Amino acid sequence: MKADIYGVMAEFDNPTALVNATRAVRDRGYRKLDAYTPFPIEELNDVLHLHKNKLPLIVLAGGILGGLTGYLLQYFVTVIYFPINVGGRPLHSWPSYIIITFELTILFGAISTVLGLLALCGLPMPYHPVFNVPRFSAASRDRFFLCIEATDPLFDKQRTSGLLATLEAKEVSEVAH
Amino acid sequence: MTGQILDFNLSTQLRASLRQGRLGAGILGLVGVAALTVGAFVARDQFFRSYLWAYVFLVGVSVGSLAWLMCQHLTGGAWGVVIRRPAEAAARTIPLLALLFVPIALGIPSLYTWSQPTTDTVLEIKQIYYLNAPFFLVRTGAFFAGWLFLSWFLNRWSAKEDRSGPVAAHSKMSRISGPGLIFWGFSVTFMAIDWVMSLNPHWYSTMFGLLFIAGQGLSAMSFLIAVLVFLSNFRPMSEVLTARHFHDLGKLLLANVMIWAYFSFSQFLIIWAGNLPQEIPWYIERLKGGWQYVALIIVLGHFALPFALLLSRDLKRNFKLLATIALFILSMRLVDVYWQVMPDASKGGLAVSWLDLAAPLGLAGIWLASFLMQLEKRPLMPLNDMHLAETLEHGRE
Repeated sequence: MKADIYGVMAEFDNPTALVNATRAVRDRGYRKLDAYTPFPIEELNDVLHLHKNKLPLIVLAGGILGGLTGYLLQYFVTVIYFPINVGGRPLHSWPSYIIITFELTILFGAISTVLGLLALCGLPMPYHPVFNVPRFSAASRDRFFLCIEATDPLFDKQRTSGLLATLEAKEVSEVAH
Repeated sequence: MTGQILDFNLSTQLRASLRQGRLGAGILGLVGVAALTVGAFVARDQFFRSYLWAYVFLVGVSVGSLAWLMCQHLTGGAWGVVIRRPAEAAARTIPLLALLFVPIALGIPSLYTWSQPTTDTVLEIKQIYYLNAPFFLVRTGAFFAGWLFLSWFLNRWSAKEDRSGPVAAHSKMSRISGPGLIFWGFSVTFMAIDWVMSLNPHWYSTMFGLLFIAGQGLSAMSFLIAVLVFLSNFRPMSEVLTARHFHDLGKLLLANVMIWAYFSFSQFLIIWAGNLPQEIPWYIERLKGGWQYVALIIVLGHFALPFALLLSRDLKRNFKLLATIALFILSMRLVDVYWQVMPDASKGGLAVSWLDLAAPLGLAGIWLASFLMQLEKRPLMPLNDMHLAETLEHGRE
């Protein structure tokens, strides 16, 4: 069943209040929440437990794939398709492969970082409900927002709004879909 | 935070533990030195070579620590405040190392073939302008003069900072550190050329100095991490150190492993690709007669394994695991220096002597005892560092 709203959002005028509120709601058991701030706040990562994600694994896989690509590319070219004797060296001269292997490891790793980041963030995203809150544009200027989403099992429109109101929030509003 | 009320003096428990460590290291050191003394008479040439090997390794730990200390004074930052006191203590062992150079000075005729008369005209010219004992000693004297100068003033001002605040000392320490690091780069380059590369007076590699610069950084960082993990078991450092500090230091360790591998491979690739008769024998010598297995151990243990492990974030934040890897890298540094120093003399292939056990045991034992003695002398954190408050907040909510 789809809830009739996206969630409720609280507005704070300083980062400390936001971090404290986030910690408080997490302690109450809420999990489906996100914070929006004009600049990165390191403590939020800890409070929201955002350290564990799949990005490192994606980057590692991309890097390994890049390394294999680089190595095999050179192997097939110099050993199988165009075997040329250079200075009497063996055809499979691995030391000379290393640089390209290394470079492609970095390249694929970097590309998978960017693409993985976009994918995990769900970008590009032409529509997001939080912008339905008129004051939300201040999140890129000088206000700090915390949104508890309606999909959270503990979510209850009245009670969740009430909880946020007790946490030094300047304003609590409902977020329409 | 409790920055103002924290007492950074060593707890009695730590003091007792350090004394115990000092005693153990000292006894092992004396056993090693006794064995070395016997070796100096019964196997003279082997004695000098084993000694040089262990000595070059230890200089890497001390002078590398001095370099990290200067890095910290230049860049600031919370990660480096915690290594300041151990690094300063390691830098204060440089006078001991200067003294321990005496056997090498006496061993020049045995160690370095360039010290003997030659009919080779190329080597003869080198002997006139560079590779001769007096100039060799003058250069070594200059390295030590510079290192002692830096270590002396950085330690002196650091004590002054403890007494009368950062205003009196901070700018002096950071001002000396810039030129100091430049001097470090040059001195380590020439040190590598003189002490190690000239063991084979015909061979040269322009990469060689950088290899030792990276090696010193790696040795020192591994050592400092191991010391900090040990200190984290006792007050006051148990109150200071967080996973965040070790995460930062672990990242630097990983970067150092990579830069060492980068330099090592660059030198190998250039010489392998060039395949010139005056360059390639150095590698041929080191890839046969048993040495190829040592080389393989270095590739796997000095690069592949620590690199793969240190990629993990959780591992860098785990005190015990990080210390284990740091100690493992430190032992790999010994193997790497062994592979650099030894093969030119043992033409018959790899032959480990009993002196190769006595030399690191003796020198490292004595050195460690002296390091622990220095470490005990001052509070374990700089009391008035500009970044102290930030450091104490680091990794805490």
